[in-house]
Amino acid sequence: MSGPLASGLTEFVERATELQVQVDAISLGAIFALMAVGIGLVFGVLRLINFAYGQLIMAGGFALAFASEQGWSVWVGIALCGVVVLALSLVMERAVFRPLRGQSPAVMLIATFAVAFLLQSIALLWFGPLGKTAASLATLNQTVSVGGVEIRKIAIVAIVAAAVCLGLLLLLLERTAVGLHMRAAAMDFHTARLVGVRANRVSGAAVLASGVLAAVVAVLLTVQFPTVTPTFALRETIIVLAGVVVGGMTRLVSATLGGFAIGYVSGVLGAALPTEQSQYLPSFVFGLVILVLLLRPEGLFARGPRTVERV
Amino acid sequence: MRASLRLVELAGPVGLVLLAALVGTTVSRSNEIYFINALLAVSIVVALYTFIGNSGVLSFGHISFVAVGAWTAGVLSVPQDEKPALMPYLFGFLRDTTVGNVESLALAALVGGVFALLVGLPLMRLSGLAAGIATFAVLEITNNVLRYWEKIGPGLTTFSSVPETTDLLQATVAALVVIGAAFAYQRSRYGRQLRAAREDPAAARAVGISIYRQRLGAFVLSGALAGLAGGLYVHFLPINADVVYLDLTFITLAMLVIGGITSLWGAVVGALAVSALDSVLANAENGIDLFGTTVDLRPGTRIVVVSALMALVLILRPGGLTGGRELSLPRLGRSRGVEG
Repeated sequence: MSGPLASGLTEFVERATELQVQVDAISLGAIFALMAVGIGLVFGVLRLINFAYGQLIMAGGFALAFASEQGWSVWVGIALCGVVVLALSLVMERAVFRPLRGQSPAVMLIATFAVAFLLQSIALLWFGPLGKTAASLATLNQTVSVGGVEIRKIAIVAIVAAAVCLGLLLLLLERTAVGLHMRAAAMDFHTARLVGVRANRVSGAAVLASGVLAAVVAVLLTVQFPTVTPTFALRETIIVLAGVVVGGMTRLVSATLGGFAIGYVSGVLGAALPTEQSQYLPSFVFGLVILVLLLRPEGLFARGPRTVERV
Repeated sequence: MRASLRLVELAGPVGLVLLAALVGTTVSRSNEIYFINALLAVSIVVALYTFIGNSGVLSFGHISFVAVGAWTAGVLSVPQDEKPALMPYLFGFLRDTTVGNVESLALAALVGGVFALLVGLPLMRLSGLAAGIATFAVLEITNNVLRYWEKIGPGLTTFSSVPETTDLLQATVAALVVIGAAFAYQRSRYGRQLRAAREDPAAARAVGISIYRQRLGAFVLSGALAGLAGGLYVHFLPINADVVYLDLTFITLAMLVIGGITSLWGAVVGALAVSALDSVLANAENGIDLFGTTVDLRPGTRIVVVSALMALVLILRPGGLTGGRELSLPRLGRSRGVEG
């Protein structure tokens, strides 16, 4: 009885500790961490969970695919992706987030749920269920040999890009006036307004920063999955949302760590589980999510006694 | 006075459902489908309301109870000789058991309720965002397991050859049963305790209400009602695991929100209003074809309009069309005085 179990476990550990699996898992974690920051930034200022974050990434993916089909260069494609995602973020902020400010988190979550489906169904009408293909970025998906191990270039690019983005964001938050305002608003929106923080400007800045991250994630994901469909990044968003809540929504750092952790865990489990079990990967991951929520509802990485939930 | 007030609150939803059913009998066979669909939507949305409306806790997981109910009724209703072809890996006791229509619906409700109890026992301790994400996780896990575990159902294959017994009459009766159960619950001592806890958890605790226990009760009841709706669904359309997943979660939540989360009247109005809009759009979009693949391939404009409407209602009228209030006396004249 214990024989096959033990050997299965050894095999799992061996597979899970391979360098290639580790690098892939870390790069998935890095991408998820970027998404987690994007969701966490907006939540911090507006107390709003943006379920439609994945559809921003989807729109960016379609921009890249469009540029690639037109035969434009990669850089033009990336610029177009940035413009589309940022414009959509600002429209979303103006048309949905701002009027909903001050509503209960549940109402805002359902509203962004509706926005997500709206964008997804517009994409479905526009591009059809099969979507478009972004072929021009595919070169980044090739492997390089590092010490005899095959590693995909994009894995390294993703890790570096995530590190750079998080570093820049840290500078923004710690060293600029608007960053200070964002941190103040995240701590107490009402009081921050009383002492002169401009509410619309600070929420615009948070949405803009989160849009930049969405554009970066769109590029990173489109390289790995060149076929962009209306449901592009939907699964990733659901998993990251779970990760963000598991990590702890109240602080940006804990939300980011939660996003990274859930990406890393899914990466390792997805690669190391035998095939017949890996089809149950979502069950494993979401089972863990429920477990953590039961043990620490305030979040795995949250610190100290937090305020009582308002919903 | 109190008794008549109570009657109005029940008469509104019941009258509306009967009206929909009556109109449904006058239309052509192909259009009848839309009315059956709308009445099934009423059942699901009222089931959702029973928990979300009374407790104020968000649940993204109720469609998993619909799914489990559908699987129960479906697996147990496929004719004995067709089971090996459709579901070759089924557990022995499921393979050898085939029950009639009414039994399969009762079992669907039972299994939905039991599943809700198992899920609710740990999860009802959570509230707010944690509860939302945890119930979402339940939906994900249920969908994942139903997709791949072929010992309990057809896996990724579509449920074919389930007897299509859900007609206008059954859908109407079921909607009335679900509304009756939801009404009886919200009027009961337990329903009132839960609503009190929704308005002010601290005050409710202070008068000795166990919020956990009351939430669990509502969760189990609404799980059973959702399971019943799922059973009716599988007897209506040849569904698969993707039909009872994200899209249905979205559309039913949209119906509840558009109608008004905190009232039974809102749940019924929302379900019927959105269904009516949806049917008109579907008709305009691609004729009258509604079955299986066409629904899957061409949600097109319908979902665009419905989701835009949902976002608009939330922004302009966060309480929904009914403001989350029950039907009250001065508006009685509008419903056809139906016996409660």
